Amino acid sequence: MGTFHQNKGELHGITVIVDTTGPEIVVGRCDDMDERGIFLHEADVHRDGEGGRSKEEYVRRVAQLGFWKKHDHLMIPREKIVSVRRLGDV
Amino acid sequence: MPYSELLVRPMREELSSAGVKELRTPEEVDAFMNEKSGTAMLVVNSVCGCAAGMARPGVRLALDGDRRPDRVASVFAGQDLEATARARSYIPDIPPSSPSVAFFKDGELVYFLPRHRIEGRDAHSVARDLTQVFAEHCAVPAT
Repeated sequence: MGTFHQNKGELHGITVIVDTTGPEIVVGRCDDMDERGIFLHEADVHRDGEGGRSKEEYVRRVAQLGFWKKHDHLMIPREKIVSVRRLGDV
Repeated sequence: MPYSELLVRPMREELSSAGVKELRTPEEVDAFMNEKSGTAMLVVNSVCGCAAGMARPGVRLALDGDRRPDRVASVFAGQDLEATARARSYIPDIPPSSPSVAFFKDGELVYFLPRHRIEGRDAHSVARDLTQVFAEHCAVPAT
């Protein structure tokens, strides 16, 4: 059974980790990525040190079982993006 | 909002034709989950082809192997809302994820395959993960 989503980038539908130039790191399901930034569905935002966890500690935690969404939709401007990687690759 | 049942039916049948019991109501979920003995696998089915398109054939391939869980069932996220919510209530510490696969032994969750471990992989890779879980936890079938 194929996908219903067409004309989207290769990360469409993929859960990604977006590291930012600030203290925030974001995880969510990528809708699309273009010159404006990345558009995510069902996203969570973690601030470095929140709950005693660094960004990487947070990433390792969500890589195991997933994450609780805090935002239905989120857009991160391109100039704030340091890296985008697949959560499944962690 | 749920998709048309006409659209979803083949996705249901892709699992049910492999012997996966579909749980459409909270009561059916309770009946499945309250049977604690042995091994049980619960598949959270999903419309989105990005991941579910690999999850369903992966489950089918895994169930073709020598070992399989004593009981296998599915709920359909986004379609059978109450049944899915009830199923998730049995694993409250696990963030909602669809598609996903939960594996129980004697009523305890021993393995969880979240959506992000399915995305971007092929059905054989998904099946390989599940087959390893079956090998670890499921009894060798009597000959």
